[in-house]
Amino acid sequence: MTTTSEPPLQLTAGEQLVRPSTSLGVFSRPRGDTGWKSWLFTVDHKRIGIMYGAAALLFLVIGGIEALLIRLQLAVPGGNVLSEDAYNQVFTMHGVTMVFLVIMPMAAAFANYLLPLQIGARDVAFPRLNAFSLWAFLAGGIFLNTSWFLGGAPDGGWFGYAPNSGLVYSPSNGMDFYALGLQIAGIASLVSAINLITTVLNMRTPGMTLFRMPVLTWMLLVVQFLLLFAIPVITVALFLLSFDRLFDANFFNVAAGADPLLWQHLFWIFGHPEVYILILPAFGIMSEVIPVFSRKPIFGYPFMVFSGIAIGFMGWGVWAHHMFTSGMGPVSVAAFSLSTMFIAVPTGVKILNWLATMWGGRIRLTTAMLYSVGAVAMFTIGGLSGVTHAIAPADTQQTDTYYIVAHFHYVIFGGSLMGMLSGIYFWWPKMFGHKLDEKLGKIGFWVLLIGFNLTFGPMHILGLQGMSRRIHSYAADSGFNLWNMFATVGSFVIAVGVLLFFWNIGVSRRRARGAPPVGPDPWDARGLEWMTASPTPTHNFDRDITVTRQDEFWHRKWRIGEDGKVTRIARSEDVAHDGSATDVHLPSPSYWPVVVALGLPLVAYGLIYNLWLTGLGALVILGGLYGWVFEPPDDPEAHAHDDHHDADPSDDSGNGASGGGTSTNGEGGPDSGDGTRQLTGAGVAGGPSAQATEEQS
Amino acid sequence: MTDVADPEAAMTAAPATGHETPAHPPTTTGMSHNKVAMWLFLGSECLLFGALISVYMFAKSRLPAGEIGPNDVFDIPFTSVSSFVLLMSSLTMVLALSALTRGEERGFRIWIVATALLGGTFIAGQVYEFTVFYNLGLGYTTNIFGSAFYTLTGFHGAHVTIGIVMLMSALVASLRGRLSPRNAETVELIGLYWHFVDIVWILIFTIIYLFPQ
Repeated sequence: MTTTSEPPLQLTAGEQLVRPSTSLGVFSRPRGDTGWKSWLFTVDHKRIGIMYGAAALLFLVIGGIEALLIRLQLAVPGGNVLSEDAYNQVFTMHGVTMVFLVIMPMAAAFANYLLPLQIGARDVAFPRLNAFSLWAFLAGGIFLNTSWFLGGAPDGGWFGYAPNSGLVYSPSNGMDFYALGLQIAGIASLVSAINLITTVLNMRTPGMTLFRMPVLTWMLLVVQFLLLFAIPVITVALFLLSFDRLFDANFFNVAAGADPLLWQHLFWIFGHPEVYILILPAFGIMSEVIPVFSRKPIFGYPFMVFSGIAIGFMGWGVWAHHMFTSGMGPVSVAAFSLSTMFIAVPTGVKILNWLATMWGGRIRLTTAMLYSVGAVAMFTIGGLSGVTHAIAPADTQQTDTYYIVAHFHYVIFGGSLMGMLSGIYFWWPKMFGHKLDEKLGKIGFWVLLIGFNLTFGPMHILGLQGMSRRIHSYAADSGFNLWNMFATVGSFVIAVGVLLFFWNIGVSRRRARGAPPVGPDPWDARGLEWMTASPTPTHNFDRDITVTRQDEFWHRKWRIGEDGKVTRIARSEDVAHDGSATDVHLPSPSYWPVVVALGLPLVAYGLIYNLWLTGLGALVILGGLYGWVFEPPDDPEAHAHDDHHDADPSDDSGNGASGGGTSTNGEGGPDSGDGTRQLTGAGVAGGPSAQATEEQS
Repeated sequence: MTDVADPEAAMTAAPATGHETPAHPPTTTGMSHNKVAMWLFLGSECLLFGALISVYMFAKSRLPAGEIGPNDVFDIPFTSVSSFVLLMSSLTMVLALSALTRGEERGFRIWIVATALLGGTFIAGQVYEFTVFYNLGLGYTTNIFGSAFYTLTGFHGAHVTIGIVMLMSALVASLRGRLSPRNAETVELIGLYWHFVDIVWILIFTIIYLFPQ
């Protein structure tokens, strides 16, 4: 809707934002790029990524404290650190926090920061929606955790099996917080998925074909598709649970004929793709780190990509292996048993490819590499114990024991979290302009690895001995004493490892002051994200990059001769952009994503306590969307379209003046869709961002 | 440009010519961001309604004998008429978009109002139907069938309502002179959503109302 021609408000990189007068004074946009406001209202994908990461680390501490409480309770038989009720809350919140508030946002942090950079783009397709995703996730996470102070946290386990999670067996408000909090986080994930898929499909720099994209980009793309299709299923399940609890519906009311299996199916149809949502980003990170520190290209790139896609598809056909003991019948059990064994194949392909990448390479054991190799090793152990679950008779023995706990901690902690820690060490210089201390990092790695195995290794034995998961205490003569004490000691070793990591951040930050800059490419890396200054300038790249092959950046630094000999042809500093461009126009910050996100927990509190509050929250959301729509650069009068659908062709056509264009949707487009069902509003007019891209300087 | 050897200089200029016109935006796929996002959103919605329909089927099959069920409340002729009304709104939606792309402002407004009215009629029919069912003794909490039926059709009704809001917004935009053939894609996307909601209703009507109970 750009029939009017008011020029878009644009943030010019390297200069103070100058805001032209607007026709509606109330709806001004925030300005400036320093101070807390510039973070609160930012739409820059890099800042949003950093905030996602910071939030994930904060929740990691909270979830970690919960884990330590669990281990303290179980250290000795008949533990009395926590009451039964408190124990239920603590293990539920530990799981919910680690899955939804640590690993998923950590992956979102990498996705936000790196995905546009890796495809050579200026920002994501919908920058304001991106900000909304962050704040909605944070609102959901904080909302969930406020339940501690409002009558008790969720206590039905992280998968909240109904009817155990219903009013009868869980009368506190905890499970309401669970259902509504995850709903809010789900909105954030869904919006983010739509945004990032659009970014990958539509904003690749010239020459960046799908099969030249880095493996990390591919894995993140697969994850976004998994989110896109898995979130609506959990949305339905959570709605049903909420309706049962809040409005006396009968979905899980066994007395009215309901079947508790309904929840299990819905939850695990979401829940098993969720497992791959947790692990695939780490797979992508490892696929970036291992080649760089082996000084070899990734082995079998197409196999890596296709096995990732295969996992994405097959992940939908294995959910019922979580339900082997639910009595769903031998045919189902056999079918899901087979499909579960089969999904180990693409996963195994990946592991072999990482090993083959390292084979014959000149390996540099940096901290990032150590974490990646550690993640491969730990994930392999977890994967192997996973295959043992595919054998239904064995699973019948092991299910709901500590063997399962050991398995999923090996894949999620040992695989996902270690992979992400590898990514943090690897991309830290790109994000903050200085490396994390290598020596402290390596000590931290070994402490963490030893603590991890000390904690979760013995749980295999405990599980096979028959110790149930989620039991509050055990008798002294059960034979569980020794390994439980091991696990508790190990968990505190992990805590030391995590503290070392945080200490490293502080130390490195202090040391970096006055130190020489780290340069654009401290690791001699391969991806496009290294082809610009560190830390990444606001505008990412000074000009479009034309990609001619996979690992474009590396090939601009190195030449492979006829005899296979690799010679350096250019310094990284010469190939990389120095971030000096000043004529790049970027999307302006905005107040409204925060406002809309703020309305969501209000609606949720209202549903629990008082419907008037829900009305207030709805008004905040509507008002936020109203502001979103009315703020410049959008034409203040062209508001008359719903958010979902408002499309403005001209937001894309704005690039016409520039070369290549695909990656340089400088204005980023009016991110008009909100992608959620609840939110409606008038539309967003597109900024005619005709000069939105940089010219060759 | 500091680096002369950089092949970008030569190559970035090349694809710029003749590629970027308003009709053919220079995104990688050639589709606008908004359209890609809309299709993705609708893909996600398929799973939402898929899950809801599955829940309904499951719930209905578990309804204890003797309780008020589909056969006691459904009025197939009435719902057939309201379904027909909703499906006709897809036709008027197409006509509205077609009028807009041809620049016929008045035609667009007429058809967009017709679409919204047909959608409104459907919603009114649904409200009437709910009222009748309620008076027949089927409340939301009455039994598992009631919960599932009202949830599924309620979600669909909410989608139609949101669609009507969008249609009216398009009308306001047109009245203010903000819509032209150039930005017909906005209306096209509203249309995509509208057709999707209609298609979902075809499924719901067939599976919920017409399949033997």
